[in-house]
Amino acid sequence: MTANVTIRIQEADFDIAREISALTGGRTDIGAVVSFSGICRGSEGSETIAALTLEHYPGMAEAEIARHAETAMSRWPLTGVSVIHRVGRIVPGENIVLVLTASEHRQAAFQAAEFLMDYLKANAPFWKREESAGGTNWVEARHHDDDAAARWTKS
Amino acid sequence: MKLKYFAWVRERIGKSEETIEPPPTVRTVEDLMAWLAKRGETYAHAFETPKVIRAAIDHTHVRSDAAIAGAREIAFFPPMTGG
Repeated sequence: MTANVTIRIQEADFDIAREISALTGGRTDIGAVVSFSGICRGSEGSETIAALTLEHYPGMAEAEIARHAETAMSRWPLTGVSVIHRVGRIVPGENIVLVLTASEHRQAAFQAAEFLMDYLKANAPFWKREESAGGTNWVEARHHDDDAAARWTKS
Repeated sequence: MKLKYFAWVRERIGKSEETIEPPPTVRTVEDLMAWLAKRGETYAHAFETPKVIRAAIDHTHVRSDAAIAGAREIAFFPPMTGG
């Protein structure tokens, strides 16, 4: 059977259970699903965060995620990949991103989910603006996100 | 060609997109940033540290030495912070 690929960028929240069902429904060749959710934190260091606003580059964001999903499917025997990324204003405790990977066995699903998240953080065109008591600021990229993505090119 | 700006690059320039025709001497992404920086104060501010700005041509990441000939859409933005 072919791999099931879902890529969505949306303002609305997502239902993780429903997304897993959509990925696995009607199939008996899947033995493992790994789910990663990125959630908005209420603080960054000592600063309290009121909300994040996510901006993206429509067209390129979808294309970039699709390229990473293709790469993941060429590296691991996956039966499905879902990536849902929210944009707009998100308050602490709310979901930001969902990555699901499905495979016959767990190892491929675990590794592919981590690979996808590392690549999304470093390469997918999304930007976070943070609201706090001190005003609003664009979140600065972290070097360790680039390092996390780079380690997949070594192995 | 169409230019698109995101995040603080967009805020500093004060617009999210525009159509421009740079002179033929502007060959690379780096040249284009230098040329844009001379278009006024807002552009100078946006492109004051070109090394930190990322670029994409037709929805694909490119390096600053990439040629812009034939590009339909070039985007400039800060390092990405999604996920």
